[in-house]
Amino acid sequence: MATFHTRSAARLMMAPSVLLLFAWMIVPLATTIYFSTLNYNLLSPGDHAFLGITNYQYFLTDPAFFDALINTLLLVGGVLFITIIGGIGFALLLDQQIYGQGIVRILAIAPFFVMPTVAALVWKNMFMNPVNGLFAYFFRLAGMEPLDWLASIPLFSIIIIVAWQWLPFATLILLTSLQSLDEEQKEAAEMDGASAFSRFIYLTLPHMARAITVVILIETIFLLSVFAEILVTTNGGPGTDSTNLTYLIYSQALLQFDIGGASAGGIVAVILANIVAIFLVRIVGKNLEA
Amino acid sequence: MARRITNRRKVVISLIAWSIALALFFPILWTFLTSFKTEGDAVATPPQFLFFHWTTENYIEVQARSDYFLHFFNSVVIAVGSTLIGLAIAIPAAWAMAFASTKRTKDILMWMLSTKMMPPVGALIPIYLIFRNMGLLDSRWGLVGVLTLINLPIIVWMLYTYFKEIPGEILEAARMDGASLMKEIVYVLTPMAVPGIASTLLLNIILAWNEAFWTLNLSTSEAAPLTTFIASYSSPEGLFYAKLSAASTMAIAPILILGWFSQKQLVRGLTFGAVK
Repeated sequence: MATFHTRSAARLMMAPSVLLLFAWMIVPLATTIYFSTLNYNLLSPGDHAFLGITNYQYFLTDPAFFDALINTLLLVGGVLFITIIGGIGFALLLDQQIYGQGIVRILAIAPFFVMPTVAALVWKNMFMNPVNGLFAYFFRLAGMEPLDWLASIPLFSIIIIVAWQWLPFATLILLTSLQSLDEEQKEAAEMDGASAFSRFIYLTLPHMARAITVVILIETIFLLSVFAEILVTTNGGPGTDSTNLTYLIYSQALLQFDIGGASAGGIVAVILANIVAIFLVRIVGKNLEA
Repeated sequence: MARRITNRRKVVISLIAWSIALALFFPILWTFLTSFKTEGDAVATPPQFLFFHWTTENYIEVQARSDYFLHFFNSVVIAVGSTLIGLAIAIPAAWAMAFASTKRTKDILMWMLSTKMMPPVGALIPIYLIFRNMGLLDSRWGLVGVLTLINLPIIVWMLYTYFKEIPGEILEAARMDGASLMKEIVYVLTPMAVPGIASTLLLNIILAWNEAFWTLNLSTSEAAPLTTFIASYSSPEGLFYAKLSAASTMAIAPILILGWFSQKQLVRGLTFGAVK
């Protein structure tokens, strides 16, 4: 009896969350799929003729799509590379005995709390600006021609900005994981004469594997949807040099008002994200069970 | 002898760690310093580090020109509002999942996590059109609603990992003593759950404060939170570094302070309890 009551009460208590999330997932998705089959432009009112898969054909054969896909992969991959390698290194350093560790941690974690628009504008203007930026000043000091970062290497510049925001996150998580490594194990390995390098490869790294996979999973979720940093720095340009999928679909919908085409793009983005997600959840799942 | 080597090692490692930390923090420090400069000093060559004419004029001007406090207020309403509503919806769900879990609980949790993986741009178009047709564009409550939904999975997950640690025997004991479900929640569960709820609250306010996809797309002026407000500085006229810095400092300072208090919860919350 009691269990029956508890069960139905439990169901009732879960219902709002589950229903809301279900609606949040299914309504936009269904609508986007529907729109993606229509000839629907906000600038041309009237009937929206059914087009079938034409929007998809246009979107997938648009050279901008291919560029955006590559840029998305480069952006996610680049930031992951910098933050994982840098994060492991920095976490190993912070795990040692250092003076003022608390303050170091506070300073290092700070960039993660900076909102994306602020981060992007500060880097764009005060560091990467070819005339007044600090980088330009140091380039001139070194006798070099200042670089117009966001015009000549836009995607790389955005990778730097985004990596700056996520390196603290990776460091913090990896450091937390390092601190849970058993001291006795480390000492035992040391006593057995294992070198620092082999202690790292055979003891520390496997211990961090779970944290590393978690960092990859979470960063990937957020990095696939980088938007604000692109909007306020380059607007995806020059050309499509710094356009990722998210930005491409945004510009097609809200700048070119092509609802049909953008919806097709949205569905493509959802499918791609799902492929990544399935792949990631498998790896992470394996690591989490263990 | 050995001790001196260890000490030297500690000094060297400390120096390296401090240099990296300061380098990471430098853009924030630089923004802070620039916010007190005149526009001329802000772009001076060589860059002025500390010895410039300190002024608070930029802060006054940012407020006067673009009504900073309105946007600050919008950010507070949106971040706190969406978090509180999210908590109200998620607390019962997380409670049920932690204390009356069935075989399906894990599936539901994984499914909730998977909704987080859907790229927001896949939902942008319908949401934008619905908002436009319902007059919700540039409205605070519209944004509160959207941010509640996008952070709901994280709130449920975080609460679940905290509730899971509360020993179930205590609840059974209370039940044996004849406590009703309401009493069980109010007198037994709540006091034990408060720390977890507080951490969840803190982390989600931070996430909602910094959310910059939906806020940028669904707000323009009246309901614009600080993310959108700052983005309006991307196409400036004339000298503006000092004012940009003042606006930026004011936008990040409150959350930076909250963030420093929540480092521990951050790890746990953002990793869905997988790393503690």
